[in-house]
Amino acid sequence: MKIYVPGDAAAKALGADDVARAVVTEAAARGVEVTVVRNGSRGMIWLEPLVEVVTEYGRMGFGPMSVADVPALFGDIEAHPKALGLTEELPWMKRQTRLTFARVGVVDPLSLKDYELHHGLKGLRRAIAMEPAAIVQEVTDSGLRGRGGAGFPTGIKWKTVHDAQAPQKYIVCNADEGDSATFADRMLMEGDPFTLIEGMAIAGLAVGATKGYVYTRSEYPDAVSQMQKAIEVARAGGVLGTSVLGSGRAFDMEVRVGAGAYVCGEETSLLNSLEGKRGVVRAKPPLPALEGFMARPTVVNNVISLASVPVIMDRGAAFYKNFGMGRSHGTMALQIAGNVRFGGLFETAFGLSLGEIVDDIGGGTASGRPVKAVQVGGPLGAWFPRELFDTPFTYEDFAAKGGLIGHAGLTIADDTVDMLKMARFAMEFCAIESCGKCTPCRIGAVRGVETLDRIGGGDASGIPLLTDLCETMKSGSLCALGGFTPYPVMSALTHFPDDFTATHKEAAE
Amino acid sequence: MPLDEAAVLSRVNEILAEHNGMEGPLLPILHAIQESFGHVPQAALPVIAQHLTLSRAEVHGVMSFYHDFREQPAGRHVLKLCRAEACQSMGADRMAEHAQRRFGIEWHETTKDGAVTLEPVFCLGLCACAPAAMVDGRLVGRLDEARIDALAEELR
Repeated sequence: MKIYVPGDAAAKALGADDVARAVVTEAAARGVEVTVVRNGSRGMIWLEPLVEVVTEYGRMGFGPMSVADVPALFGDIEAHPKALGLTEELPWMKRQTRLTFARVGVVDPLSLKDYELHHGLKGLRRAIAMEPAAIVQEVTDSGLRGRGGAGFPTGIKWKTVHDAQAPQKYIVCNADEGDSATFADRMLMEGDPFTLIEGMAIAGLAVGATKGYVYTRSEYPDAVSQMQKAIEVARAGGVLGTSVLGSGRAFDMEVRVGAGAYVCGEETSLLNSLEGKRGVVRAKPPLPALEGFMARPTVVNNVISLASVPVIMDRGAAFYKNFGMGRSHGTMALQIAGNVRFGGLFETAFGLSLGEIVDDIGGGTASGRPVKAVQVGGPLGAWFPRELFDTPFTYEDFAAKGGLIGHAGLTIADDTVDMLKMARFAMEFCAIESCGKCTPCRIGAVRGVETLDRIGGGDASGIPLLTDLCETMKSGSLCALGGFTPYPVMSALTHFPDDFTATHKEAAE
Repeated sequence: MPLDEAAVLSRVNEILAEHNGMEGPLLPILHAIQESFGHVPQAALPVIAQHLTLSRAEVHGVMSFYHDFREQPAGRHVLKLCRAEACQSMGADRMAEHAQRRFGIEWHETTKDGAVTLEPVFCLGLCACAPAAMVDGRLVGRLDEARIDALAEELR
């Protein structure tokens, strides 16, 4: 018998380790031979721990599983109270276009053999047979843009590094996924780490970099250890090292762990941190592509950008580019979170409306109350009211509505949320996490908290001051932390003005 | 109980040697020291500084920039509660108040018996099963008051 019990951090947080142990114990007690595979999560977090049993018809899903539900797995499984049917046939799975996350939840994350059986390494093999400039062109033609939030064309960035002359170049993977409502990087690193390794190796071949770093978070201990193990396996398998898959060209990589500073998700701050300095933002220029890590030409890409490269190299730029809408090509891994009935990761082509994502896919709130607001793109993203739910999920459409898609995390909040409190939290968070280099962010955020407290106390004269302060932070900050904190603040104020009036406060008290 | 300074320095020197040849070794060194001692002893800073040809102020500057590094040891257990937006939408503020009341401490404080230190954390990547917490290295999703009470019993 072969049974899959996710080893993903979210599944573990919901008891997957206990379930896995119970499966082994129960099998032993019954004298049944069982192989337990700790796969990644399929992304249906409300069903975790989602156990799968391999049957002649395919993988049957059961969830959410508890230890008490385990013995029945060894009986008539179709009559199991938690039986969901074939996992692949569940509506949530069937509606997706899984390109980057095709293997996550499916394969044994640390088996290179399993990886290859599921189209792994095909992209890298094709890249090895190509000229570096042709690889860069392929990525450019795919229309892939930075999935970390900025949306800069990945191929253009690679070309700058490719064209730069230097004795050493680097690939740095930004896995400092600190935004609330985002967990795609974590899920990919835990569930299919070889995809990221393959993507980084392809990037190395394309730009002439022989060394790569994955900079991730200390808050992600599972992702850290999984990446480290996968790198060992990839070295032993000849994917990394002095001759990548026997090509005679070198690429190796290692994992570095941050230390709890949110601002290190900003690429220049990340580079400083990687060099062992305070994670202070650098002014640009020089671009990291020319003077990045150790002042050498460096590709800094998000996990999902790099992990999308293998499928692009395997299936071709045109295949990838055909998904999406307008200038937003390919797929995006939506992370639906917060107060939501069906939360999790849903990969789909760009272009679904926000309402479809929240109401149809997410199924509304977990509390059963009406959705009041959705914050898209993490703590620096705007809050969207229901009136804007027709906005298509693309880089351009969200920018046109005063927001951003960021890393595609969505925090859903019900009608009990106090938007003034959320605006205050955004300023407070910016004040705590500011690197201190520029004044609008360092001082502005502190003044923002004070001004919001005044407004909360009934002083409406604070509102124009807050608006003015946000303008200053937006145009005067060095990076997105100070520059984008006005998004959640101003969207809360603009779309939910009632939460900022004295009458509302009195009514609440 | 204060650590024996000679023992600290001997371990610090071992750690420094393990990181020779590494590009940008300071954060990995500080992590390794904290893992060894539960905090970064001040006595280690001048040794690190000299080894990396930095000033002591630079090393202190790096250490104090990052939330993770502690000058003093934490309690026997560290309970981290997520305070970020997704967890807030599922009642993280209420969980924080409950935990603070139950343990009788504020953020960053340790219970009198030295058992538990309470820390805020901004996102554990468990945003679809919020509110989330981390107890030492163990993750907890869909935290509620009953679970906090159970943890209070368990973490002694």
